[in-house]
Parts: sequence; structure tokens; C-alpha cells
Amino acid sequence: MRQWADFSVSESDGGKAPVLVLSGSLRVHSIGDLDSRLRALGGGYSAIDLSGVTDIDTTGAWLTMEFARKHGIEITGASERAERLFAAVGDLDEAEPKPPMRPFITRTLEELGDLVTNWGSGFVRTVGFFGALMATMGTTIVHPSRFRAKALVHHMQHVGVNALWIVGLMSFLIGIVIAQQGAVQLAQFGAEFYTINLTGRLSMRELGVLMTAIMVAGRSGSAFAAQIGTMKLTEEVDAMRTIGVAPMESLVLPRVLAAMIMMPLLGFYAAICSIIGGAFISNFALDIPFFAFLRRTQEVVPITDVWIGLIKAPVFALIVALAGCYQGMQVSGNAEEVGSRTTQAVVTAIFTVIVLDAFFAVFFTKIGWK
Amino acid sequence: MTDLNDDYSGEYPICVSGLTNAFGEHLIHEDLDLKVRKGEVLGVVGGSGTGKSVLMRSIIGLQTPSSGEIEVLGRNMMEPEDEDDIDIRSRWGVLFQGGALFSTLTVGENVEVPLKQFYPEISDQLRGEIARFKVRLSGLPDEAAFKFPSELSGGMKKRAGLARALALDPELLFLDEPTAGLDPIGAAAFDNLTRELKETLGLTVFLITHDLDTLYAICDRVAVLADKKVIAVGTIPELLALDHPWIQEYFNGPRGRAALAGKNDPQLEAAAEVSAECAVAAGESDNSSTTGA
Repeated sequence: MRQWADFSVSESDGGKAPVLVLSGSLRVHSIGDLDSRLRALGGGYSAIDLSGVTDIDTTGAWLTMEFARKHGIEITGASERAERLFAAVGDLDEAEPKPPMRPFITRTLEELGDLVTNWGSGFVRTVGFFGALMATMGTTIVHPSRFRAKALVHHMQHVGVNALWIVGLMSFLIGIVIAQQGAVQLAQFGAEFYTINLTGRLSMRELGVLMTAIMVAGRSGSAFAAQIGTMKLTEEVDAMRTIGVAPMESLVLPRVLAAMIMMPLLGFYAAICSIIGGAFISNFALDIPFFAFLRRTQEVVPITDVWIGLIKAPVFALIVALAGCYQGMQVSGNAEEVGSRTTQAVVTAIFTVIVLDAFFAVFFTKIGWK
Repeated sequence: MTDLNDDYSGEYPICVSGLTNAFGEHLIHEDLDLKVRKGEVLGVVGGSGTGKSVLMRSIIGLQTPSSGEIEVLGRNMMEPEDEDDIDIRSRWGVLFQGGALFSTLTVGENVEVPLKQFYPEISDQLRGEIARFKVRLSGLPDEAAFKFPSELSGGMKKRAGLARALALDPELLFLDEPTAGLDPIGAAAFDNLTRELKETLGLTVFLITHDLDTLYAICDRVAVLADKKVIAVGTIPELLALDHPWIQEYFNGPRGRAALAGKNDPQLEAAAEVSAECAVAAGESDNSSTTGA
């Protein structure tokens, strides 16, 4: 059982001020609420008596000294150990160096200003990063021997091959949802046969590549940011620079290229899976046989839809990989930064992909690829 | 284990016996024994990879040993904790090699973490004050309490780590290579600080080090880890009297002799001289026996 620290007041004779007697164990684990009770006490004591104290550590010493100093009184009955601790703890009488705190309004305004300038400078830096990547690509074309083929294959495996299962399953399920829900609505016009057009065209044009981009942003964009960010923290990136290896060349370029190569393949694969999902559900829910669905898909989906998907894919890949690598390279300071930069990489990547997708949709319709 | 001076009859805050640690097939410790005396600074030395850090991690419960008994402050570490006891972890402080400060908290907040964890009844004000004087006790300036670890130099990080290790006024202090990576002036200052804190707070210190100057300056006894065991524990002159090849190479190598010269202790030098001669003689007899055969 803990023996809590306590105090009592002993009235001394001869009209002198009373003495505050501390007792028990004055240690950090037994100090309890002694501190707040002492602070609540008024003054008017002649001394603090420690002779009843069984044990003391720096916390107890600090508390005693602080009380004695505040009331300008003496400490009596201190053991040798207590005296030593008093000397070690020392005086902290000068004002606590509090970090400066500005008023709420100025602080908020300043934070808003910081946010806006950070957006601006962030945009400029992103463009700069993109430019540096282009320049690196240029030098790599001139000196192909400097290209990291091994790293490229490694990242292609992680971005593409390892994502096959999850992307396939996701797309298959999306295909089922589109076909099933589409059929319910189209049946109201007696046009459930158009489910095939809906599933096929939507998968090829939009959802295949868009959902894949979102999945790759979550899987690989975040991984890029975290990997590069951790390498920044452990000074690996600095080590590379001193050896003369450009991080742009060895870290960023293979990742971006891997994503750009794999995304069209993944996007096309996702669209196919989605169509298969649609055909699968139609077989049971709509009485359209599986292979009839696939044959009809071939007839109603124009080849331009496939092109649209394939054109968008590398652009989305570039955005996802660039956001991941850029945010990773911006990491500095502590572990928390890696987390926040990773989040930022995924959020900006997905947001930008969706905005661009809207532009693409309007653009391709305007040029007549309907 | 050879305890070179067995007339001690006091308490042993750390008592390790028969400790075996293995990572897969790789055996780190085998039947290791070690007793740390109350109030001493015990230096633990050994070549890289002899498991000094693993020994420390086993004692503080971060690594579950394959077998063996570990008793810390009278509590058997291999058994689950009794709820009524004061948590054993509040009775020791650990300074990790890199400081291991929480990077998202300021130094002051780092010191407050163990206080908050173990003694939530302490008021915010007192906790802040404790953190402040602990920071100062560790030899850091007051304003360091408001800095983040990333804003500190290597030496300051170690001091901040020490402040956190001392937050609960522990009885035991574990230091893992406290002077590694510090400049000689900073290292000497840290040694002094360790010694002073040990004297004032009555600490028992378990100190892993490669720094020969630290060994000579502040360690009461030195434990040598080799061959998966603690091969000897004793004062440096006592160790020098042994003719184990690693001990001889360690203390009589160029760095060992330089550290000794800096110490300027004729008694120690005499001991080293004698042991070096013995080592040479032993080496010669070895040679002659091989040539003879």
C-alpha cells in the first residue's frame, strides 16, 4: 500500500506562528494531491518541519522548497538526503519562459495567410518538380545507361502485378452493381437490353480507369510518399546526393514510369473485369446469357471508348505517382510529417484525377468521340 | 561469471541468472549471470554484437529471454505483475541510444509523459514544474523545454532523454551508450552529470558503453561480455589482472592506453604495465608451444 504524503499544523507555544509539519513519504508516487492542498493554504507559518518525513525525492524537495520560498519561511528537520536534493533541484525563481502566444485574431489571420502562400508556393514547387522530372527524363534518354531498369521492374511489380487481385475484384463488383442497378431503371422503359451498352461503355470510358487510379493512389501513391519520406528522415536521400546519385533519377523516375506503364494495363484489365461482372449478373438477373452479353458488348462499345480509357490512364498515373513522390520529398523533421504528407499525397492525387476526368469527359465529347 | 571481489553483502537491485537469449538459431547469451550492486555505476563492455543492448532489453522486459531468471528491485520479471505493487517500470529510467524522444512532443512534454502515465493525480501545474526542474537537472537551459527534438543537437537530445528517464525519480538508471556521438567535451560533461546525479539521487546505474574514458571516469565496476557470457565483473585494476585475450586487447590496446594515460593514476598504470607484460609472456609461451609442436 502506498503511504500518502500529508501535512498537519502544530501550534507552537509562546504566541509564535504555527509550524507546518509534513509527514509520510514525499515521493512522486505518494505525493497525491498534497501539492494542490499546499497551494490552497494561506501564509502565516513560521517554518516547515520535515522531521516526520520518511522518504523524499526531487519532487518532494521541489514542493517543499517552492512552499518555503513563496512564504519566505525556513525548512527545519531536513535529512541529509533532503538537503542534497534541495541543492540539486536549485532555484527556479525567475519567470517561466513561456512560448509567446499572440491574440486569437492575429493568429487566425496569420494562419490563413500562411495557408494561401503555402498553396501558391506549393503549386510553384510542384511545377518545378514536374520540370525537374522532365529534365531527368531528357538526360536519361541521352544517357540510357543511367536508367534504373531494375528499380523500374521492381516498382512495376508492386504497382501493377501485386494490384491485380484487388483491382480485379473491385471492378468485377462494380460491374455487377452497374448492370443490376441499370437494369432496374432501364426496365421501366422496357429497355433492359441497353444494360449492355451502359456497362460496357461506362467501364471502358470512365469507371475502369478512374477506379483503378483511385486504387493505385491509395496503394502505391501512399507507398511512394511514405518510402521516400522515410528515406528523407533517415538521411538516405542526402547520402545519395553526396555520392552523386540524383534522387530524381534513382527514386522518382522509376516510380513514375512504372505507374505510367502499368496504369493503362490495369485500367483496361479493370474495364474487362467490370464487363465480366456485368455479364455474370445479367446471366442470372436479366436472362441475357453470359456470352451473348459479351458479343453484344463488342458491337455496342466503339473503339474510341477504349482509346479514351487508354489515353487517360497514363495521365492519371503521372498525377498519382508525382503527388506521391513530391510529397515524399517534402518530408522533413519528424515521423508525424511522413503521415501527414502521405495523406496529402493521396488526397491531392484523387482530387486532381477526378477534376481532370471531368475535363476529359467534356473534351472527348466535344471532339466527337461520343 | 567471475565476480572478482566477493566481499559485498548489500542488496542487488538487478540479479540475472542463467539467462539465455537466442534469435532463431543464433545464440546471443548462454547461461549468463550478472549481479548489480546497489548504488554503483556498472559499466557493461563487450565487442559489437556481443548482446549488450539485448541484455539491457531483457532486463527491462522489452525482450523475452528463451530461459533464465531476472530479478529487478526484488521483483521477478518473468512473472506477471501484482496489481498492488507500484509498477516496476516507474522505478527505473531508460536512456536509449538515440535519445528516443517522442518527436511530436516538446522536450518538456516528453518529460511529462511518464508522470501523466503513472501519476495522473498530480496537478498540471506541479507536473509542469517537475518537467522544468528535471530539464534543468539534466543540464539543459530552461528554454529547451519548449523545443521539439528535431530542433536539438545530438548532445542535447541525450540530455533531454536523460531528463525523461529521471522524470519519476527512479532507483535504477539504464544508459545505452550515453556518450556515443558526443564531442569529447560534451562526453566528459555527460560523464560528470551521470556521476553527480548518481551521488545526489542515490541511483544505481547500468551503463553500456564503448567509451574507455567513461569507464575510467565514472564506473565503479565493469562487466565484460564475451563468449555469450559475462566473463568477469570487477574494478578496472582487477580486470587488468586477468589474462583473457579480449580484456587485455580492450584495455591495453592503443585507445585503452591513451584513456589510461589521460587518467594519470599511477596505481592503474602499474597494474596495466604488469598485465601487459604477462600478456606478452603468455603470447610468447603460446608461440613457443606451437613452434615446438
